Amino acid sequence: MSDATNLTAQIDINTIPALGKEQLLELAMGPQHPSTHGVFRMNVVLDGERVMKLKPVFGYLHRNHEKIAESETYLGSMPYTDRLDYICSITNNWAYAIAVEKLAGIEVPERAEYLRVITGELTRLQNHACLLGFLMQDMGASGTPLMYAFREREKIMDLFEGLTGARMMCNYLRFGGCRVDAPAGWMDAARKVVAEFPRFLDEYENLLVGNEILMDRTQEVGILSKELAINAGISGPMARASGVDYDIRKVDHYSIYDRFNFRVPLGERGDVYDRYMIRFLEMRESIKILEQAMRDIPDGPIVDPKTKIRGFRPKPGEAYGRIESPKGELGFYLVSDGALNPYRYRVRPPSLINLTVLEDLCIGQNVADVVVILGSIDIVLGEVDR
Amino acid sequence: MNLENIKSEIEANVPGCQLEFVLNPSPSAQHSLRLDHAHAIAVATYLRDAADLRFDFCSNVTGIDWPAKELTEKVKVKKLVDGEEKEVEEVRKTTIPGTLEVVYHLFSVEKKHGPITLRMSTKDRESDVHMPSLTPVWRSAEFQEREIFDLFGVVFDGHPDLRRLLMWPDFIDHPMRRDYVAPDDFEYEPTAHDDVLQRANQHQSEAIAKLTSEAEGK
Repeated sequence: MSDATNLTAQIDINTIPALGKEQLLELAMGPQHPSTHGVFRMNVVLDGERVMKLKPVFGYLHRNHEKIAESETYLGSMPYTDRLDYICSITNNWAYAIAVEKLAGIEVPERAEYLRVITGELTRLQNHACLLGFLMQDMGASGTPLMYAFREREKIMDLFEGLTGARMMCNYLRFGGCRVDAPAGWMDAARKVVAEFPRFLDEYENLLVGNEILMDRTQEVGILSKELAINAGISGPMARASGVDYDIRKVDHYSIYDRFNFRVPLGERGDVYDRYMIRFLEMRESIKILEQAMRDIPDGPIVDPKTKIRGFRPKPGEAYGRIESPKGELGFYLVSDGALNPYRYRVRPPSLINLTVLEDLCIGQNVADVVVILGSIDIVLGEVDR
Repeated sequence: MNLENIKSEIEANVPGCQLEFVLNPSPSAQHSLRLDHAHAIAVATYLRDAADLRFDFCSNVTGIDWPAKELTEKVKVKKLVDGEEKEVEEVRKTTIPGTLEVVYHLFSVEKKHGPITLRMSTKDRESDVHMPSLTPVWRSAEFQEREIFDLFGVVFDGHPDLRRLLMWPDFIDHPMRRDYVAPDDFEYEPTAHDDVLQRANQHQSEAIAKLTSEAEGK
């Protein structure tokens, strides 16, 4: 065995000053543990219950997505992006489509942009609802909150099935538009789901937000400062919970988000409670966007007819495209050498980069809080390990 | 937000730095700047701290492998053939040496502009794969540079914790390189668990030896 596989080589126990008389304990949390949201290991050094050091270990789900995509045609990678963050497949498609559209200079028709916004915001709703459920489950509120969230997610997945034919692996976007138009009656069904969603949010908030145990477990736990959040590249709801006013929908003006009236909620303290509440507030803003998009959606073509489907070869060059995915900034960097497949295909995974501050958040906390802090970061290991 | 202006501004404020403007011919028009190794940290710090730029958010860091390439081109040359000047086609071969390139995409959270793209290249792909790390300037580069070290084999000087990120520590090659060939069969994939098991067994046998010696002592 080399030194690097040795746990003590990764965490040098001798450099950590012991606070109490107790001996320091190394603990491997994961990889097969439900609270790690997949297969992910944390090597934790404990002094009693206090976390002294924490080193994340990645790669259990690594399949070299980028290498596979480089031997595939541009369109051939579209269904594979579904498998990155398998809860939000449509936003993954969207980020990839935006990068390719930048690389090849493709325009998207009006109706397709509206369909993208509607499906993208529905994805955000289901992701945030699920995350809150998972977080409560991690905290020990076993079953009920998660099942309430899954009940709502089920309705949204039924909508996706009606539109794309698949519940999770939607494979819905194409370069220059969307794959299929909404079938008759779909938009009415979607309006109904969106109209009922605020009731679920009210119910969920009544159930949990004022709960004393929840406040005890989440307030002043895992505080992320604004400066560190920016410097460490943290994006999405996690950065906004720390007060970083940065929402790519507002900053990049991509797609048609300029037309909608919505606000960007910000947190004040950057603790787990703020990260938890920001998701509630973002869901309410998403509902506003959905209502406006469904009111304004025009008729028309759903795909740019000039875009080639077979033999699609962008000119040599490179492009970086990004969107505000439910987890944060999801970016795709593509380099083309004029061939059928990308010369370089890179995914900028928000889950991985949000996870890099885990040690900073956990040091000095109790070991039970590690699970809660990890849950509040919102990771999907399919995207972290790629 | 013109990259030419930013380039001249950096050149005025970071003395001695050599920047190369890299044109991107695609419709995205995201041009980039190539940094020299000696002034990389200084340029990055200037980009982060200058009041009008404030590129405080290093979003994406990634590598690109460019293996050595042989270009053949036909050139028409005037030559004296049998005492007479004629145009003759000649095949010229030029070799472009291989390199590993690292690309940084920067945005500004404060000014809400971007992206600008920085690139750095290593000398070659085999012997000199070193490059300064920009982790001291942007923390977000830390894990992404580890990933590039793992998958491409670029060694970042000044990186606080340069270990493999996604592949296991005993893995030898760099899978994202263009000439990487996957083995037919990974017969045995060592994980850290074997090591934990080994140490647990050792601990147990030590404990038993201690107990027996204590019992014998009585």
